[in-house]
Order: sequence, then structure tokens, then C-alpha cells
Amino acid sequence: MRRNKKPKLAVWKFASCDGCQLSLLDCEDELLAVAGELEVANFPEASRAVAKGPYDLSLVEGSVTTPHDAERIHHVRRASKFLVAIGACATAGGIQALRNFREVKEFVALVYPTPAYVATLNKSTPIADHVFVDFELRGCPISKHQLLEVISAFLHGRKPNTPPHSVCLECKQRGTVCVMVARGTPCLGPATHAGCGALCPAYQRGCYGCFGPKETPNTAALARGWSRLGTTEPDLVRAFRGFNAYAEPFRRESIAHEQT
Amino acid sequence: MTQRRQNRPPHSPSPRAADRGRVRFDRPEFGRLLGGLAAQGYQVIGPTVRDGALVYASVTSPDELPVGWTDEQTGGSYCLKRRNDAALFGYTLGPQAWKPYLHPPTVRLWRARAGHRELDRLPEPAADPPKYAFLGVRACELQAIAIQDKVFLGGDFVDPWYRRRREGVFLVAVHCGQAGGTCFCASLNTGPKATFGFDLALTEVIEAGRHYFVAESGTDRGAAVLRDLSTQPATPAELAAADRIVADAAAHMGRELDTRGLKELLTRNYEHPRWDDVAGRCLTCANCTMVCPTCFCTTVEEVTDLTGEHAQRWRKWDSCFTTEFSFIHGGSVRASPRSRYRQWLTHKLATWYDQFGTAGCVGCGRCIAWCPVGIDLTEEVRAIRRSDGVTLAQQLTA
Repeated sequence: MRRNKKPKLAVWKFASCDGCQLSLLDCEDELLAVAGELEVANFPEASRAVAKGPYDLSLVEGSVTTPHDAERIHHVRRASKFLVAIGACATAGGIQALRNFREVKEFVALVYPTPAYVATLNKSTPIADHVFVDFELRGCPISKHQLLEVISAFLHGRKPNTPPHSVCLECKQRGTVCVMVARGTPCLGPATHAGCGALCPAYQRGCYGCFGPKETPNTAALARGWSRLGTTEPDLVRAFRGFNAYAEPFRRESIAHEQT
Repeated sequence: MTQRRQNRPPHSPSPRAADRGRVRFDRPEFGRLLGGLAAQGYQVIGPTVRDGALVYASVTSPDELPVGWTDEQTGGSYCLKRRNDAALFGYTLGPQAWKPYLHPPTVRLWRARAGHRELDRLPEPAADPPKYAFLGVRACELQAIAIQDKVFLGGDFVDPWYRRRREGVFLVAVHCGQAGGTCFCASLNTGPKATFGFDLALTEVIEAGRHYFVAESGTDRGAAVLRDLSTQPATPAELAAADRIVADAAAHMGRELDTRGLKELLTRNYEHPRWDDVAGRCLTCANCTMVCPTCFCTTVEEVTDLTGEHAQRWRKWDSCFTTEFSFIHGGSVRASPRSRYRQWLTHKLATWYDQFGTAGCVGCGRCIAWCPVGIDLTEEVRAIRRSDGVTLAQQLTA
């Protein structure tokens, strides 16, 4: 069963807050096991020692927002046997994809004294828009348990258990009372991909949709449900325009509620 | 005269005959019922108030019950309200049935370690489930338990995990004193009066300044528990009051389901346009199946640790509303939400008869109340019945 040589792990950062790659360091108890099974070959957040590629497993965090990064992601792909996009930025463009709904030049002109120095793309896009991605792990941030599951699955050549169904199954499995039904709290859970363990509803908050759209999400029906609970159109735009604003079902739904 | 065992005069009639009749005990005696069950080693699970709903949890004193609370339910809405009395069971139903206690959401089936050439199965640590007494089981829930008994214990393949939990459960039924806005047990003849499957059945009566319970035993062990309480033979007036309460609940069902030819109705309407209509509203979130007291589907998940030397197999609740549920080589058989809703409803109300001999629905209405957008299966069936036999093509050309 033992391999002679440990597979090489690389962690790459694009436009992101580093929270997802830090969840690897957050693994604490399992970190030694990870280091025991994989050679941490390129992970600047953890170590200055960088081993040359190619890498067996690349974890890519962040979205592509600059011409330079649009180029760099191809180098990462070429150097990686198996590429996993981790987190809402890498899988949907992240919160910075809010720029995609406007003209980015206007923001740049407002924020920077010399806009000419800023080389940025008009849109923040997920990794899969640029290169082939072997697997996408959702979340803002990702769940460290799911990250370990993905790494274990990679090491043993099996499919990771990261079900794409709604958050509602996680709520019911942990015995949480539905906040939408019992409290009238608008919740994105019925349209959101599971993975967080239904954290917010367990604390009587509606789901914020951190893990992005679930399989076959019916965002329009959910938005009608929110409206019945008193949510205004501008608030519906904001609800779907979060960390996964540019994930297609959420993007489409937010635009549907935008006043023209 | 009390019927407490130690006080019984030697010439009294045999306890068996007396216990089969209905007796009364007063509200202050209720704590002794809980104490008696606990003394027999039962962990009592009953209704409690948590997070704006009634949740079945461990109960050690009557104060932990939803004293003076009631629930108002309609499609997609559940609300706790104060009653103007101190009823212990003055509500209808909470979101979760007894299912999690008998058929837990996650169960580890086995663990294994990579041996020299093959897997070594590791013994499961002895984890005998607690001996449960369920307090406040509604008639519809008794029917749901009976249905799951058939699923898990009937036939050639008995589910050992369910059996270990189900064996020895003490069931204290409470007849419904009110019907909720989403209730339709009367349509399915599953309530509101519990008629079978209980050890004890209670009716809570609050009237004319009195608060008492009319009790009957369904088993010898139920009778034994009742004998240890201070009870009186129920007077005809008290029995009439108890019966009136249950009849009143039966007369005030919030929903109705016409079950005439239901199976045939649904099976000849697989292409009815209503399925498309409901698919436009359905979130495929699976809440209806999670709260359903008879839904039993599970998936099996293998997990390994990083070293690959340890593996575990887990069983988890699953739902026909997920695409993975019907995933076979090449993809999901029920890719469209329309096909998933249709699968669920026709299983509950039609093919369940073929499979298990009864409807898979007990009329508890949980799937209506706990659907975030309030989809009502009784309304869906009514809509199909209204235009029985119509197909989408016919509707479009009409």
C-alpha cells in the first residue's frame, strides 16, 4: 500500500483573502498526517522552502483578476497533475466579482490616485473559466473537514464525499429547527450547496449562501418565498450578490431583482 | 379509592381486568408517571420548546414539557403561541417526528483497518441505544412508526440498527385535543385518536377548573406503570369529556385529502401538467422528506483517513429530491425537479400501497408546514383530480 515517494502538494494563491489556504494550516491535529502523506512542495504561507514542480496535487485559491494572473494560472495548470480549485473565489469569482456587475474603470478612478498604474481585468472570474479544473471545493471559507476529505480522496484515488444537495439536509440531520418556517427568517439554505454543516441556522440565522448554488437550485421560487416574508427587491439583489455573486444561478437571480 | 398496588384490598378484582378500563389521574400525578418510567430505566423523550418549535428531547420533569404552549401551522409557517391554560400537550406536532430516535440521521455501520492482505473489521464499541420511553406520541406518529416497522423489520431483511433501537421502546400516546392547520389524519384514518401500538394512551382534559388525564393501557407493561400511579376509575362524565375532545379534533382538520382511488388517480396522471407547475415552485431542498415520519431512504458513504489504513462506512439519511439519490452509471435518473417531486408524491400515495400495503402518508402535515415555500400535497392531489387525465399537450392546444 505504501508509496515509495510522497506526492507533491502545491498551494497557489490568486485574488483572495488567504482564508481558504489557511484552513489547511487550521487542520492542526491532522496537519502532521498531511505532511506524512504529502510533500509540502510549494506553500509559501507555510514554508519558504519551495521544491520544483511538477506537482501531483495543486490547491488553487483565489480568482483571476489581472492579466498577469490570467497568464500565471496556465503555468500552474501545466505544473500540476491534479488541480483543485478551493473556495468561493476560485470556484465563483468571490466577493470581488461584485465588480463584474459594473464597469471596473469607474471604481479604479475613484479609489486610486493614478489609475494608469493599475492593471486589472474588467471581471473577476473563477479558475475553471481559464483552465481545466479537476475538482471544485466550495465555501467561503472552505470547510477544513471537506479539504481533508478531498486530500484523502485524492491520495486514495476515490471520489470525495462532498454532496451537492441543499443545506437543508444538514440542518435536519443535526436537528436544527428551520429558521425560515419557524421564525420567518429569510434563508438561502434551500438553494445553497451543503458543506458548512448548516452553521448559521444552528445559531438562528438564515444561510448566507457561502457555499454557492446547490445542484438544480430554484432561486426564483426561493426569492418569491423571501418576498412573502417581506424581503424587498434591493435586499434580494444583495442576498444573491454575496461571496458567490457571479455563480450563474445567483448572478441571474440578483439581476432579475435589480431595478432598471 | 386508589388503585395503587400496595393499597389494593385483597378482594379487589384482578388488576388485568381493571387496567383494561379507562382511569383518571390528576395533573399533579403526572410527575410520578415520569418518575415511574425513569425508575424502570427508561430515558423519557418528550416535547420541549426549543428555537421556536416543539422538539422531542430528554424530559425529566413536567416543567420541561411545553406547559401552556400551542402551535399554529400552515403551509411554510410554524408559530408557537401562548395558550390561556397550562396544558402539557396543548399543541399538535413539532417539526421532527420520533424518526431520529429510531432511525438516526447518521449511523456508523462498521470500521476497518488495512491488514496485511485484506481488511480487518474492527469491532464496534458496545453502544447499546438507551431504553427510550416516548412521551406524547400522536396517533399519526404511531401509524408512522408502524410503517417504519414494516420497512425495517418486515420481510426477509431486518435492519439490526433499527431493531436494537425499536425493541423495548415504551410508547405513551396522547390523543390529539386539537387539530393543526396542516393536519389531515382523519382523511387517512390514522388519527386523531390512537387506537393501537401504544403502552399507555392519555387524553388531557382541562375544563371547569379541573386538569386531569384519562388513561388507558394497551399492554401489560403499560398497565403496570399505570398501577403505580394514584388513579381513580373514570366517571362517565370524564370519559365523555375525553371523547368529546378527540371528536372535536377530528372535526377540525386543517387539511383534507380525498383518498378515493388515489393510487389509480396518480398512476394514470404521470404526464399531468400539474407536475410542471409544482416543479416551478419546488426548491428540491428535501425538507419534506427529512421531516416526513415515514421517509426512510439512506445513502452509504465510505470514508478513509489520510493514511488510507483506516476506513469507515456510514449510513446517512438521503432524499429522493437530490440528484445523487438516483445516480447510476451515466447520470441521475431523475434529473428534473418535476420527476423528483412526482417520484416522492407517487411513492407516498400510490406505489407505497404496492410495496408495503398502506399509504406512505399518515396525514401529519409536516411536509406542508416545513416546506419553506409551503407546497401542499393535498392541494397538488386536488389539482390533479380536478383535471384528471389532462396532459400538457392537451392543455396547450385547448
